Amino acid sequence: MRKGIRKHDETKPTPIRERVWWIAIAPSLWAIHFLACYLSAAIWCEKFSSERGNTTLHGLVALYSLIAIVGILCVAWVSYQTLRRGNHAVPYNFDDPAERTHFLSFTAFLLSVLSAIATIFTILAFVLVGGCD
Amino acid sequence: MTNVRDPKAERLLKAWETPKGWRYWSAVNNSEVGLWYTLTAFAFFLFGGVLALIMRVQLAFPENDWLTAQQYNQIFTMHGSVMMFLFAVPILEAISIMLLPEMMGARDLPFPRLSAYGYWCFLIGGVFVCGSLFFGVGPRGGWFMYPPMTTEYQTGVGPDIWLLGLSFIEIASIAAAVELIVGVLKCRPPGMRLNLIPLYAWYILVVAVMILFAFPPLIAGDLLMELERALDWPFFDVERGGDPMLWQHLFWIFGHPEVYIVFLPSIALVAMIVPTFAKTPMAGYGWIVLAAVGTGFLSFGLWVHHMFTTGLPGISIGIFSAASEAVAIPTGVQIFCFIATLLIGRVTKSVCLLFVLAGLATFIIGGLTGVMVAIAPFDYQAHDTYFIVGHLHYVLVGGTIFPIVAGFYYYYPFVTGKQLSERLGTLAFWLLLIGFNVAFFPMHYTGLIGMPRRVYTYPAEMGFEIPNMISTLGAFIMGCGFIVLLWDVFRSKKKQPYVKRNLWNAGTLEWSGQVPDKPWGIRSIPIISTRYPLWQQENLLADIDAGKFYLPDAEEGLRETLVTSTVDAEPMQCLRVPGPTFLTFFAALFTGGVFIFSTYHWWMLAGICAVCSFVTILVWLWTGTANIPEIESKDVGLGLRLPTYVSGPGAVGWWAMFITMLGDMTAFISLVFGYFFFWTVHQEFPPIEFDGRPVVGPADPWPLVAVGVGVLAWGMVLLSRRWNRKTNPILFIAGSVVTIVLAMVTAGALFWSAYSVGMDPTHHAYSATVCALILWTVLHIAVGAVMLCYCLARRLAKRMDHLHDADIVNVTLYWHFLVLTISITGLVIAVFPRVA
Repeated sequence: MRKGIRKHDETKPTPIRERVWWIAIAPSLWAIHFLACYLSAAIWCEKFSSERGNTTLHGLVALYSLIAIVGILCVAWVSYQTLRRGNHAVPYNFDDPAERTHFLSFTAFLLSVLSAIATIFTILAFVLVGGCD
Repeated sequence: MTNVRDPKAERLLKAWETPKGWRYWSAVNNSEVGLWYTLTAFAFFLFGGVLALIMRVQLAFPENDWLTAQQYNQIFTMHGSVMMFLFAVPILEAISIMLLPEMMGARDLPFPRLSAYGYWCFLIGGVFVCGSLFFGVGPRGGWFMYPPMTTEYQTGVGPDIWLLGLSFIEIASIAAAVELIVGVLKCRPPGMRLNLIPLYAWYILVVAVMILFAFPPLIAGDLLMELERALDWPFFDVERGGDPMLWQHLFWIFGHPEVYIVFLPSIALVAMIVPTFAKTPMAGYGWIVLAAVGTGFLSFGLWVHHMFTTGLPGISIGIFSAASEAVAIPTGVQIFCFIATLLIGRVTKSVCLLFVLAGLATFIIGGLTGVMVAIAPFDYQAHDTYFIVGHLHYVLVGGTIFPIVAGFYYYYPFVTGKQLSERLGTLAFWLLLIGFNVAFFPMHYTGLIGMPRRVYTYPAEMGFEIPNMISTLGAFIMGCGFIVLLWDVFRSKKKQPYVKRNLWNAGTLEWSGQVPDKPWGIRSIPIISTRYPLWQQENLLADIDAGKFYLPDAEEGLRETLVTSTVDAEPMQCLRVPGPTFLTFFAALFTGGVFIFSTYHWWMLAGICAVCSFVTILVWLWTGTANIPEIESKDVGLGLRLPTYVSGPGAVGWWAMFITMLGDMTAFISLVFGYFFFWTVHQEFPPIEFDGRPVVGPADPWPLVAVGVGVLAWGMVLLSRRWNRKTNPILFIAGSVVTIVLAMVTAGALFWSAYSVGMDPTHHAYSATVCALILWTVLHIAVGAVMLCYCLARRLAKRMDHLHDADIVNVTLYWHFLVLTISITGLVIAVFPRVA
């Protein structure tokens, strides 16, 4: 049996990749992109599309998409770099801070890939459907 | 085995003793409340199942007049509502309340009284809603309650019963969600880092967060619809600027994540069962976490696929269609992980596993038809036909019912120490599987040949007769399966010996309990260093039983558990959790009275109940929360000394307030969404004139005055907290009094902005929306002021001081959200009309 365990120290700063919300950043970027695209399209189609066409809407969506994709790729890159550090094999199931960091990075990386795919799906809807109707 | 004559063990047992006799119902421990919750939810499930059989009898023959259209409408509405609100969501919370602490080696969840309160709310609300059916006044508008049918054409009390009764239960669901989130994040055993927690806990964490963001939009929708029905505020009345589509948006922002809210916890049970019967750790732990979190997020981007036929712009439909396809990716990933685990393991035959496999196969069929209806052109054809009924039952029965039945077989020995019969289980399995497929597979065909949903009968010679008769036969075979299951669960097992400890040879911590189990949850809280500690940590059970880990004793006779850090589960606090009380029952009873009497517009009784509820909750908080401990820290074992009182972000109470306010903010944002929704659908918003009268907005500059004073009040709250910490009670009291005055000025300014210009909320949807935002904000300011009065009283009564300041710290957190609410309301109603 192990004797005791480290007590939590509130005064020590926690590195960003050791926080649980790190894994939620990429899907949150997808969610913000999704909502921005939907709200922009809904407002544009109701208020402006009949007079001004859809060019501005497409421009806005392109801008949102660029920001979202770059953001998601950044999360994926940082997570992947953390993942490759050290010599850890999946499934990251040891009682070790490094294993926990690798697990979080691995999950964050996978979620980044999923978020990127889902974001591209949203973009494809604009590419394929084009306008409001 | 533990020697119970050991004085430490005896003290521990005494502290966690279950009340006896009639006091049994004052229990708040997770084992009792979880069990009541599960049995009650299962009873509602059986009630919903009987309703389904009645429907199938009615539809067995064409032109059947056994039921009238009105009766049939009530029955299908109640079937859907009961299954979703009284079974699917509560059962997941019930099972989680029962299992989660045991899985994490915790003695209880952090707020046991909140769980008990949630349970009593659920029971009272559920009986109220179901009871309406026996008086012929049940809701008739479908489980989605679409207006204008439920606002203009159904003037009876049915929709009010649905709106108020289920809102009451939704609040209980949110309470359980708060409990579960804090439980997973803060009550894990030392060492159980994020990469080691049981997959069940990951799923429940995701689902509880989903509840937090999915239920509030529905609560906001309920509020708007009840305001329309009770006070004629025209949110959904097209003639006065309202729009029924707003309800559809609010309902489905809840309604689609709801599908995953009920699916993921059931799959979580699968994630616990599969490794046990494959005798190997789950393959792809990280991938499953990806699937759970990914599904949780993506499920919020699907709600419009329930509204494809409402005439939305093509691009909106395209966006949601794409997201509906994308969600198949994470959903599929976890199923591949389960299959991979079964392939690499040495599988042993069991009824649990049969139900798991049936569940996966059925869900996959439902998922595939789901991908079909996510494609808009196909949905145009299938919408509102029996194809959808077939699809949704494949998803819900495959994704929820079969895994839950598997969970029943798996966890029955955990709860009772006895085992269900494998022979009866196999019989029940085949009856359920065959009955289900015979009942629901033909519905795809019935739908494709054109039979609409929600019709109480159909003409002969339409080709619907044979498939409907087959479906009815299947439904009754399925019913027989449930009777066998029921018999197996409730038959007397007195002569049956107790099962051996850890019957299935599982690897997770919930199976560490002795048989029969003791009420303490776990003898001592262990250090965890693996994902399957019972498999991978040597001598663990013996060390737990010998009390070699944390909190093996209850020297002060109090119920205690450990609070640990979020990521690495490092010990932070020895948390004293409250014991049995009837306060939670009475609080729920009076809260229920407010909702139930309001349904019938018996305002006097509702008011009395509101006052009683307020007083009961106040007594509960005063006596049971944030009490100053008799010792500042204590030795919890293994030489570790931990504080007994913590305030701020390290405290579970702070987290509960934060999480609750996230849900509250979501409901508020849903109301704000309503304002902007009306802006998009109207050419001119706010309108200048309507129905021969000018449409007036809030009077300048009062909303902005409210924002200014509200910010000042918030600043004073921050100062009051600081003065309290600097041991300056006089300044703290003065600061709190000033804040209360400022809060009243803020509320008064908001009220005056509408009242002074004679805003009539029944005039136009614009007026109604502005008044709803003001009403929401004023109520929240009132709650904020009451909270400060409470802190003042605590300080004066010496139940709060400069070191023990959890009350004022949590109230400050409330005020952070409140100042945001005040600012958004003020800016939206005062500034947006100028810039729009």
